[in-house]
Amino acid sequence: MSRVLTCKNLGIDFGGLTAVNNLNMEIDENEIIGLIGPNGAGKTTVFNLLTKVYVPSRGNILFYDRDVTGDSTIQMSKSGIARTFQNIRLFDRLSVIDNIVIGMHNKLSYSMLDGIFKTPKYRKQEKEAYAKAEDLLEIFDLKADKDVLASSLPYGKQRKLEILRALATEPKLLLLDEPAAGMNPQETEELMNTIRLIRDRFHIAILLIEHDMNLVMNICERIYVLNYGMLLAKGTPDEIRNDPKVISAYLGD
Amino acid sequence: MNKVKEFIQYLFSPRKRSCTVSFLLTVVLYLVMSVLIANGSVSSLIKGLLIPLCSYIVAALALNLTVGILGDLSLGQAGFMSVGAFTGAVVSAVLQQHLDSNLLILIISILAGTVMAALFGVLVGVPVLKLEGDYLAIVTLAFGQIVKTLISNFYVGIDSTGLKMSFIEDRTHLEAGGKMIINGPSGLSGNTRMSTFAVGFVLILITLVVIYHLLESRYGRAILATRDNKVVALTVGINTSKYKLITFVISAALTGAAGVLYAMNFSSITPAKFDFNLSIFILIYVVLGGLGNMTGTIVSTIVLMLLPELLRELNDYRMIIYALILIAIMLITNNRSLRSLYERLFLRKEKRNVESTDL
Ligand SMILES: Nc1ncnc2c1ncn2[C@@H]1O[C@H](COP(=O)(O)OP(=O)(O)OP(=O)(O)O)[C@@H](O)[C@H]1O
Ligand SMILES: [Mg+2]
Repeated sequence: MSRVLTCKNLGIDFGGLTAVNNLNMEIDENEIIGLIGPNGAGKTTVFNLLTKVYVPSRGNILFYDRDVTGDSTIQMSKSGIARTFQNIRLFDRLSVIDNIVIGMHNKLSYSMLDGIFKTPKYRKQEKEAYAKAEDLLEIFDLKADKDVLASSLPYGKQRKLEILRALATEPKLLLLDEPAAGMNPQETEELMNTIRLIRDRFHIAILLIEHDMNLVMNICERIYVLNYGMLLAKGTPDEIRNDPKVISAYLGD
Repeated sequence: MNKVKEFIQYLFSPRKRSCTVSFLLTVVLYLVMSVLIANGSVSSLIKGLLIPLCSYIVAALALNLTVGILGDLSLGQAGFMSVGAFTGAVVSAVLQQHLDSNLLILIISILAGTVMAALFGVLVGVPVLKLEGDYLAIVTLAFGQIVKTLISNFYVGIDSTGLKMSFIEDRTHLEAGGKMIINGPSGLSGNTRMSTFAVGFVLILITLVVIYHLLESRYGRAILATRDNKVVALTVGINTSKYKLITFVISAALTGAAGVLYAMNFSSITPAKFDFNLSIFILIYVVLGGLGNMTGTIVSTIVLMLLPELLRELNDYRMIIYALILIAIMLITNNRSLRSLYERLFLRKEKRNVESTDL
């Protein structure tokens, strides 16, 4: 099995605050990995580092054994890292289906003149893109909403749409930031199954931030626990569940 | 029969509707005006306004691409019009020695003005669009002033030996029979008027096609995404600076075309005609028509341009009343786009801070 992501001593400071420090993490192909920890532990910051929204102060990021520490956000996306956001960030002025097609931006190759003259090349690629987007919409049963504005979707569907937009970039590593936030237990259960389905269908690795322990323990093969920006523990769900350090810092009793 | 019905449904689908409406509006207005002109029921005053009106509509539509769609304030429309206007005039003067068809000369001149304005768009856009914030407004404002000053000091003439240029003072030393094309602060004189209402109409249609087709392509989606949230656009792999530049350059290019159309409607025109006021007027057309709303831009340009002419009898009070009407429109509509422009101008900093820490 090949290694998708390696973080070596990754860290970032904001002024005096060290938000993430000395993080070592490995993710293999086809794995579903959990990233958990108390509020403010630095989980979202890790995502921002992996997508280069923030530039690391220390350490290295390897993607398929290639050092990508100096790459830009755009390059990270092109390499195959896609993410969702803790506070949903859809393109509000685009329709639901356009929010997915936008993810295919770099997969389309027609030129601006092709677009302005609507050449056969433009028509063919657009048609394929929208057909593919409809297939993706079916994963979450969102096809009926495809033409409405993304901002008019209810909260839960917006979260799902964000996942689809990320998938549209054809990532090798998908970063999900609290995908179950605001969902009821039944929706969470469905989401859990869908995440597994996505992994199996697209053969991608998934790194998942989540506070819902039921979900995390159920679908993650391995879990990393952050506390105050540092790695507190890592291991299988069983190991984490029974780790005294994790229990006292996060899980409680 | 079914095909026709399907096509009509397609034209009025949510995706296509605004494009269809602005097209229909343009075509209907053109046809109505043409019939009225043929009837002789249009005053010469209004007739004289038609080509400038087409030119302003094109410039306003182009500006709406930058301000309304991309969301960056640009105050340089007059500058780009000016670049197009004087480029087009020089090219047409040269071509007149070789070509007979005025229409062909006009088309080539418009293309030349378009390309030149696009080049200036790149020149202005490349350094500025990388920066965050409203630098574009400041730089385009300066750009307009610089263009005006430069052209006021520019002398271009043509004689049997070809094109001659000089700067600051007239050192063209034309042969007998030679002709000045651009004469410093007095600008164009003896320009052959070639623009027609029909060409203006076609230019509007082309502008609408370019804008709408752009928006329906991956380029348009990228532009809208960039505007909606730059960081998120970057995370899906969109090169936001590139798409900002592309939009700005297309806007500049179309504005250049508008400038040529305008200039080729007059036998003389001074560089001072393309001043800051003109940029502001075009911005007003766009804002009142609605940011991002192309049909609105067309309507507001027509109304606001004809209004001062209709108020001409009131003489001294004309501009006061014009201003009052503008204010009234703003108050009455209190329209969303105005509010969002205001937010963009004054509340932007705070919003961006929230954005960057709140991912
Ligand atoms: N851009 C920034 N500037 C300054 N401090 C920041 C910035 N981004 C994050 N931080 C700080 O880094 C720490 C970690 O924040 P982060 O958002 O990664 O936590 P989290 O683990 O995702 O928490 P939560 O579970 O609440 O989402 C916090 O103290 C936060 O205030
Ligand atoms: Mg977080």
